[in-house]
Amino acid sequence: MSEPVTDVGQDPNRRDFIYIAAGAGAVGAAAMVAVPLIGQMNPAADTLALASIEYDLSKVEEGMQAVVKWRGKPLFVRYRTKKEIAEAKAVDIKTLRDPQTDAERVKAGHEQYLVLIGVCTHLGCVPNFGTGDYGGWFCPCHGSEYDTSGRIRQGPAPKNLEVPEYTFLSDTKIKVG
Amino acid sequence: MSDHPSTYEPKSGIEKWLDSRLPIVRLAYDSFVDYPTPKNLNYWWTFGGILSLCLGVQILTGIILAMHYTANADLAFDSVERIMRDVNYGWLIRYVHANGASMFFFAVYIHMFRGLYYGSYKAPREVLWLLGCIIYFLMIATAFMGYVLPWGQMSYYGAVVITNLIGAIPVVGPSILTWLQGGFAVDNPTLNRFFSLHYLLPFVIAGVVVLHIWALHVVGQNNPTGVEIKSKEDTLPFTPYATVKDGLAMIFFLIVFAVFVFFAPDAMGHADNYVKANPLQTPSHIVPEWYMLPFYAILRAITFDIGPIPAKLLGVTAMFGAIALIFALPWLDTSKVKSMRYRPVMRWFFVLFVLACIGLGWCGGQLPDNLVFSITTDAHGNPLGLKVVWLSQLLAVYYFAFFLIIMPWIGLKEDPLPVPASISDAVLAAHAKKKG
Repeated sequence: MSEPVTDVGQDPNRRDFIYIAAGAGAVGAAAMVAVPLIGQMNPAADTLALASIEYDLSKVEEGMQAVVKWRGKPLFVRYRTKKEIAEAKAVDIKTLRDPQTDAERVKAGHEQYLVLIGVCTHLGCVPNFGTGDYGGWFCPCHGSEYDTSGRIRQGPAPKNLEVPEYTFLSDTKIKVG
Repeated sequence: MSDHPSTYEPKSGIEKWLDSRLPIVRLAYDSFVDYPTPKNLNYWWTFGGILSLCLGVQILTGIILAMHYTANADLAFDSVERIMRDVNYGWLIRYVHANGASMFFFAVYIHMFRGLYYGSYKAPREVLWLLGCIIYFLMIATAFMGYVLPWGQMSYYGAVVITNLIGAIPVVGPSILTWLQGGFAVDNPTLNRFFSLHYLLPFVIAGVVVLHIWALHVVGQNNPTGVEIKSKEDTLPFTPYATVKDGLAMIFFLIVFAVFVFFAPDAMGHADNYVKANPLQTPSHIVPEWYMLPFYAILRAITFDIGPIPAKLLGVTAMFGAIALIFALPWLDTSKVKSMRYRPVMRWFFVLFVLACIGLGWCGGQLPDNLVFSITTDAHGNPLGLKVVWLSQLLAVYYFAFFLIIMPWIGLKEDPLPVPASISDAVLAAHAKKKG
């Protein structure tokens, strides 16, 4: 006890350890606080719990299109004319931006029915039928044009109109989602 | 100027008592009464004060509107109609708020072009300029979210298009988009968060404005000659000289403001926004508010892919790039002379730049396939000519070239005119010239 202790708190390793531990603790705490603060903005449980819908196709006549709301978005159900189907099949898919045959976009045996999510793949507007140069849809926002199979042909959109997951319950009834 | 000594002398006992505890009166006196301003400031310098007025008007009318507004996708549209029809003076307050946004942007664009022309972004004012850019960016975000709140057709599809810009980001874009919208489409959760942020951001802007004024008072104001203040002879006290000049400009500004509010309140709006939002039907011609049109034109000008990068991502990048370049301006200009008054070549490129911005704004309001003018007709008798999208592309090229090529290159090549030795010299020379 005769010799005074002069190097109290001079141990660099111990100090560094405390700084690093405190810093790491603060970062970890900040990350834990951030999880709920950021996560709350993601879709809530009731928004996620959107049921699938059934749709009676007998309500749509040849050459007509029904627009149904599904998961907050418009769903196009189109009963295509023979001319529209022929046009869609005649396209050489090598010339397409997002190459897909017409057969890949409809259900076998039900090729007259085209079911699409009616949201332009550019920036999300709802395209109108029959005003473009390709016999299909035209987006009024930025001029994207889709053909009678809903495939992108001209304008800024990168992808074809999306075909949702759906099944035929009977010849005149589909279940979407 | 930071080295300007305080001349405030508290007179009454209470002033002395307060000054030794919180020198807030001294701060106000030094900043807005005795503060030395360059004596050659012209009317283009009055827009800073006008912008403070605009922010005040928007916050005041906005707080009142929030007392009557309902942020709910089913009720929002009707609550705005109720403000217009039933709430006492609701029509007036809402029209002041809606037109106030346009007036705010009108003033900020003049303020920015003034800074560009007189070189107010150059050393030592880079931080001042950056803070201004941040304010402008926050203004865009605030105005966009405010425009969504009435939940009309333009509100809804404006929100759809702008939030979908985020979806263009590769890989993580769609997840961020869902996070931002709070669902798989723009809906009630989106409206609620936009209302919350629309209420918050103006106060953030006010905070950055304080920093902007602080930075201004550290480096001192620029002036039409671009020559720094060298002696007391170059300056005049803020009050009464700048206060009176700003006040007069504000009166004229408010007259124009009032003309819009009382005689043409919907002139800058769109009829479609008086139709309630319908997620199943996009209006045939959607456009943003006029103050966003130049950037909208740049977004739509990119109609081609470059290699593996799709046009959509390129368009979004170009649009944000156009805003980002404004931030980078202090480091793109290589000229030693601040004011374009003494830059005989650059000033013409500046005039072209202003015209290009106006031209892009016009293009943004048109359909891309419309014709600017027709030259001939095709076999079916349809007119052929210069398409709007081609003009947009041409003007967008100039917009980017102005920042990335012209600014750095002309600064090195140009022979500037002789710059006056001081502000007083310039004022006296102009005075002698006028006398003949």
